[in-house]
Amino acid sequence: MKILVAIKRVVDANVRVRINADQSGVDIDNVKMVINPFCEIALEEAISLKESGAAGEVIAVSVGPDHCQEQLRMALALGADRALQVATDALMQPLTIAKLLNEVIKREQPDLIILGKQSIDGDNNQTGQMLAALAGLPQATFASQLTFLDTNGISELEVIREVDGGLQTIAMTLPAVVTTDLRLNEPRYVSLPNLMKAKRKPIEQLAADELGVDLSARLSVKKVANPPQRSAATMVASVEQLVEKLRTETGVLS
Amino acid sequence: MSILVVAEHDNHSLASAMANTMSAAKIMAAKTQQAIIAVVAGYECSAVADEVAAIAGIDSVLLADCPALAHQLPEVLAPLLVNLVTSKAATHLLAASTTQGKNLLPRVAALLDVAPISDISDIVDGDTFVRPIYAGNALQTVHSSDAVKVVTIRTSSFEADTLSDGSASIETLAAVDSATNVRFIREELSESDRPELGSARIIVSGGRGMGSGDNFVLLESLADTLGAAVGASRAAVDAGFVANDRQVGQTGKIVAPDLYIAVGISGAIQHLAGMKESKIIVAINSDEDAPIFSVADYGLVADLFDAVPELQAQLAS
Repeated sequence: MKILVAIKRVVDANVRVRINADQSGVDIDNVKMVINPFCEIALEEAISLKESGAAGEVIAVSVGPDHCQEQLRMALALGADRALQVATDALMQPLTIAKLLNEVIKREQPDLIILGKQSIDGDNNQTGQMLAALAGLPQATFASQLTFLDTNGISELEVIREVDGGLQTIAMTLPAVVTTDLRLNEPRYVSLPNLMKAKRKPIEQLAADELGVDLSARLSVKKVANPPQRSAATMVASVEQLVEKLRTETGVLS
Repeated sequence: MSILVVAEHDNHSLASAMANTMSAAKIMAAKTQQAIIAVVAGYECSAVADEVAAIAGIDSVLLADCPALAHQLPEVLAPLLVNLVTSKAATHLLAASTTQGKNLLPRVAALLDVAPISDISDIVDGDTFVRPIYAGNALQTVHSSDAVKVVTIRTSSFEADTLSDGSASIETLAAVDSATNVRFIREELSESDRPELGSARIIVSGGRGMGSGDNFVLLESLADTLGAAVGASRAAVDAGFVANDRQVGQTGKIVAPDLYIAVGISGAIQHLAGMKESKIIVAINSDEDAPIFSVADYGLVADLFDAVPELQAQLAS
């Protein structure tokens, strides 16, 4: 079984982002960049499926400029067999990324495609669902557990999904698309020797503009602004004072 | 020309998120001078269609009621919605930004060749929307050039509609086929007598400071005094204190109750993103430097194991 994992390069979650003075976007110059945490979970799942013998090959793919090779090398160091960059300097939106990944699926014919449920920069939560639609595949978003089933000779992937009220379990025939939620696994740490070895491994490249995909952006960002700030708390000295303030100043305890 | 709204339900009744989604739909309808058409898709869900027909502001209800739609799987529902967008000449397709809406709408958008817009917190005009990015640390204003806008609504950013006083007509649609590559197996929904996090007027939330899952009894007891829901930070969920569906935060539930009481929660960015739109925030923490105090309206530096029972006693009296 061949697994394709999509990887996105994002600003580290611990960095407090700053808005550009002209409100055109977020300043990401000289900021620590990492694999999106949900993509890391996707990669971990693929690698552990390989280690358990369920999967044969794990391919990491990223869409973007050459900077994203850094995250692809990290994927190789963590255990991916191959890394593929869909190279473009254009600003990518989820619909375009889904179309490009669909072209990669046509070439690589993976049995399972695993993506993070969302990236922690754009917070869109769209790419996996759109890729599944374009490829005509079933989708299991927000996965917290994957199990392979063999029901009367038909192999299926059973997925437990985290939904608003609790958990939902579905089964899909392969090929299929899965997006990961937080509790699917805990990603491993990379070892230094593997990181060094990954520096010498090749990264395959495809040019985005040669894949026959419309790369034009449908959405234009008009402005990026700071959210309204809340003022710091009024500190109270006792529970009694707290209750009194809630009763007299807020009206929420009426 | 119309605005299509996907009604979220469990075949028996409307989800609470519909109240906020409906408010957003009305704003969109007013800005674009169009009628709102609601889609109710499910199985044996005619009671839901009746409920939706009674919402003022809805022009008509389309009811797709057949076994293939029993679990509203996106593989079945998305093609149906694509057909409805075309046949009703819809310019907008809306759903709540719940796990159901997030699962479904991007799939519809891709089939329509449209770039969807997730989790909008404000509507500038029919083509331009505001949405949080970077876990709510920035607000992006985005304009769509697509003919159809496929949009999910951040429910905490829109007031709840009363969902009453309407009398729309109901049109029944033809049955659709089941999916062959996916099947529903089961659903385990958490049972609770307390209100849902998404619609509760008051939420009491606990963090790592609670120390153990057993100690959440303190918060549950306080919540019952207040008629509140019980939430938790990601740290408390990751520590195994409570189940994941209690999690408030950017990767959990986004809430905006009238009163949010954060107990033993330090205030990580990702938690603040999920609750900072609450009207009044109270923080109780033993660490006076905890970041939660920077977003709280009222802060109390105290040992929660003393303060919470005392708070409950005073509120009960």
